[in-house]
Amino acid sequence: MKNTIVRILNYSKPYRKYLVLTIISAFIGVSLSLIVPVLIGEAVDYAVSIGQVDFVGLKKIVVILIAVVLVSTLFQWLEGLFINRLSFGTVKDLRSELTAKLEKMPISYIDGNARGDIIARVISDIEILSDGLLQGFAQLFTGLITILGTLVFMLTINVKITVLVVILTPLSLLVAGKLTALSHDAFQKQSKLRGDVGALTEELVGNQKIVKAFAYEDRAIDKFCSLNQELAEAGRKATFFASLSNPSTRFVNSLIYASVGTVGALGSIGAFPLIGVMSVGKLASFLAFSNQYTKPFNEISGVIAELQNAISCAQRVFDVLDSPAEPDDSHCIQVDSCKGNLELQDVSFSYVPEKPLIQHFSMNAKSGQKIAIVGPTGCGKSTIINLLLRFYEIQSGQILLDGISTQTITRDSLRSQFGMVLQETWIFTGTVAENIAYGKPNATREEIEKASRSAHAHGFIKRLPNGYDTVISDSSGLSQGQKQLLCIARIMLTDPPMLILDEATSSIDLRTEHRIQKAFETLMQGKTSFIIAHRLSTIKSADHILVMRDGNIIEQGTHETLMQQGGFYANLYQSQFAG
Amino acid sequence: MQKLLRFLKPYKLELIVAPLFKLLEAVFELIVPAVMAKIIDNGIAKHDSVYIGKMCALIALLAFCGLGFALTCQYLASRCAFRFGADLREALFRHINTLSHTELDNLGTSTLINRITSDVTASQQGVNMFIRLASRAPFLVGGAIVMSLLIDWQLALVFLVIAPLAGVVLYFVMTKTIPMYSLNQKKLDGIARRTGENLDGMRVIRAFSRQQQETIAFQHECTDLEQSMIAVGKISAILNPMTFLIMNLGIVAVLWFGGVHIDSGRMSQGDLTAFTNYMTQILLAMVQLANLIQILTKAQASSLRVAQILETPSSMQDGTDIPHDFTEAIAFENVSFGYHGGGDLAVSHISFTLQKGQTLGIIGGTGAGKSTIANLINRSYDATGGVVRVFGQDVKTYQEKMLHQKIGVVPQKAVLFTGTIEQNLRWGDADATAEQLRKAVEIAQADEFVDNLQYGLQTHLVQGGRNLSGGQKQRLTIARALAGNPDILILDDSMSALDYATDAKLRKALSERCHDMTTVVISQRATSLMQADLILVMDDGVCVGQGTHDELLQSCDVYREIYQSQMQ
Repeated sequence: MKNTIVRILNYSKPYRKYLVLTIISAFIGVSLSLIVPVLIGEAVDYAVSIGQVDFVGLKKIVVILIAVVLVSTLFQWLEGLFINRLSFGTVKDLRSELTAKLEKMPISYIDGNARGDIIARVISDIEILSDGLLQGFAQLFTGLITILGTLVFMLTINVKITVLVVILTPLSLLVAGKLTALSHDAFQKQSKLRGDVGALTEELVGNQKIVKAFAYEDRAIDKFCSLNQELAEAGRKATFFASLSNPSTRFVNSLIYASVGTVGALGSIGAFPLIGVMSVGKLASFLAFSNQYTKPFNEISGVIAELQNAISCAQRVFDVLDSPAEPDDSHCIQVDSCKGNLELQDVSFSYVPEKPLIQHFSMNAKSGQKIAIVGPTGCGKSTIINLLLRFYEIQSGQILLDGISTQTITRDSLRSQFGMVLQETWIFTGTVAENIAYGKPNATREEIEKASRSAHAHGFIKRLPNGYDTVISDSSGLSQGQKQLLCIARIMLTDPPMLILDEATSSIDLRTEHRIQKAFETLMQGKTSFIIAHRLSTIKSADHILVMRDGNIIEQGTHETLMQQGGFYANLYQSQFAG
Repeated sequence: MQKLLRFLKPYKLELIVAPLFKLLEAVFELIVPAVMAKIIDNGIAKHDSVYIGKMCALIALLAFCGLGFALTCQYLASRCAFRFGADLREALFRHINTLSHTELDNLGTSTLINRITSDVTASQQGVNMFIRLASRAPFLVGGAIVMSLLIDWQLALVFLVIAPLAGVVLYFVMTKTIPMYSLNQKKLDGIARRTGENLDGMRVIRAFSRQQQETIAFQHECTDLEQSMIAVGKISAILNPMTFLIMNLGIVAVLWFGGVHIDSGRMSQGDLTAFTNYMTQILLAMVQLANLIQILTKAQASSLRVAQILETPSSMQDGTDIPHDFTEAIAFENVSFGYHGGGDLAVSHISFTLQKGQTLGIIGGTGAGKSTIANLINRSYDATGGVVRVFGQDVKTYQEKMLHQKIGVVPQKAVLFTGTIEQNLRWGDADATAEQLRKAVEIAQADEFVDNLQYGLQTHLVQGGRNLSGGQKQRLTIARALAGNPDILILDDSMSALDYATDAKLRKALSERCHDMTTVVISQRATSLMQADLILVMDDGVCVGQGTHDELLQSCDVYREIYQSQMQ
């Protein structure tokens, strides 16, 4: 917990300027506000009884009081402004770093963690941290300065009672500390459950249409409710335990107040010679000070629930920041262009160690060749792509690009040698034009239109309400096939040396596909390309066909030679004409 | 907050009792300065040390009672707030489940999710703080005012000036900041959406090496949010110092006029001390109140967002009928439909009839309106023209859930859910028997790979089924639809990730083992629907031909072209 706090404070370093300004303003604002009770006490001392009021003195004090209050107000306001910048800046940096980190995480992390839980970390956890920081900073600075300031003032009034107060206050800290420790686990449980609820919500609400299609609503609600109840219970416990500390510190501080009152009052009638005599006005301001002095302890314990909540949320954010990113590869070779000779030598890979998938796989793709990979589902076709683009790292063997091991090439430059269209389309919220120009953001409208014409997407785009400027998203009503056309247009616009088409046209009707095929042929001219498809007609013209099964190549050759062999491929090919 | 008041109703007891205990605590706190005044006036003046001791013991006793009251209040407050939050979250979740596709399309999922999570949390925090502070601070203020009235009512007139001033400041800050907080939440929605999209498209982003740009885009959004948070902060930062200023000016007035009163003998020095003490107490309470207002304004902005969803009605009226025995499975009578804001009609003037046990094939180009027809059959959307009849009756007359239980859908995008394969298969029918599940898995041609999994049906799937290949997922989504034993099965282009051999086996198993089932097959493969009893050929939202394979080969140019292109 301590480490988490130190780390949060480290994130505020770039805003040190505001930190310093906050401390200065807090110092001025708070110390002036502390003078206020002194002045009030003095003012009271000027008004003793009937006919014995020193109006000249009173007037002087009142004028000073007004000046002090005005200046204090000004600096309290400034303090608020600086704290805002300090905490919102810190939060911005943390959120930016978290999202930047997501871009660097290995694909296996993204694949292996619930989407909703990651989003909850980026959104709710940082929000809660933000609220906590704002309150925490404010209490911390004003609190510290109040404590120090009041100590000074109390010392000037009466050293011995001050010592009494200082000795007694750690009591309240002790109580608060004990209660805080008690609630720590409860808070961690709460933030974990909050993440779980986020993940479940994301999954169910994100797929609401499927939920409805299966009349699954009631069971979805049941599932949600039980988790929701758990969260409420954990939250209630955590908050209750944490909020115990405030009344408890208050109680301890009230006792301190009572003791100070007794000792002070006895002192002022001389019944307590040890303390020495003090005036009624002095006693009044001393009491006010001892109230002031304990106030920060009360207030810090008052927001302790928020602070603890913030800390356990921050921990969840740091968990992501601390997980290993894709290793730094800035020392690797930067490839700007390539011939497109790809060779896989004795490659083995599996997602889980117990289940070997690709074993001793070798393959050679010469520059400009069209390689097709076919085979039943789950045989490892898409895994090959994961390995070629280094979304996952091979476990043994090597992959060579123009004779250079891809492990020694920077991931970014390696990936930019490939153009990739996957079966799972990806459309982000933005205009059609932005979506198409994703790989080439500076493309002109003409280039974009040309690309979408070759992808045969131009027709349907034109019919959208605002044509190329229509804002679309993954759920905006485009059909799967239309989305695929946009993804193809995206590739048509960039001109990568190698192409990967993984079921790129699976949702597109055959007539359109046929026409796109021609555009692909042009695009693939002189390029090494890998095609994964079920429609064997689309891969007949491949230079080399690899037939895969269970992670191994069982047949390879051209369409003609494979058909002659009459093996697995031939069977597969025949089956598509059998109704 | 007003709009969500009904969610607080079940917690009336807590809402009354908790502040009451807070009130008691505050009352006890208020008595303390009075006791102190007594110590000064009686104890010190008369040099009575026994009296001083007694009175100080009284203060300690008051503190102890205060502790008990505060604990009771905290307990009730946290109970009420968290149950309120849970109720609200549940109501929101329930309500979203009643919304139709049209509303879901319009609202978008990332904002819905944010409202369930972040906005409900903010509202709940508002309630918690409200109970803990809202009673205490006004009681302290009110009580202190009463006590000061008792001391010297003329002096207490100062409050008449202070109170409206403080009120104006409060009003200004609240009205200014509520819309700004809403805007902030909206920006947060944007970041949530971008995060989700980035997670979905991580492979594409990296393939294009666009991580840098995405990071910058994130930075922009975060900075934008930061800027508007600072903007709200600027306004709400006025609240505390202004309260401090106003209250202290009040104290100044009290000191001056108090002096006058003492001079004329209307007031004692002890009274003035007590009076200024009360003023300080009011100041502290007001500052607390100002902090509370900041939390509440934020909660208010969030609660409005929550209420907005709860007030969004479903655009579909649920029917009351339950599907019964039928001979005519599906009939379209001159049906047309346009997506909300989607420009042209997606399909127009479609008519056909399909009997029980028959198979309907829908073929056509991308975006020709094939899926739209499927969406109309299970009433995901209401037709804008014409009548859709299912099981012999207008779909609008059915209870939605009953209808959906009878219609199994395999969507284009194969989505599975966190949980075991078996739990996923039971989506359509929670009470499906083991035989039913087995049959579904076999027909969907998923038995081979499921049996090969170490834990079989008990294999745990991560969200979206990402630990399976595309084809495996698709087979399981088919098995999921079959396990519910539906009367109508809609396969919306759901064999695209299957190889031809599997596709053929699947169709064979379907016709052999489910002959009572009416099937709708949407596909671009002519071979997948050649044997259908009726084939609709769609082109740009219009049905350009319908009939059997042989009839269409004769009569429909579009169909012939599709068929031949695949058979070459």
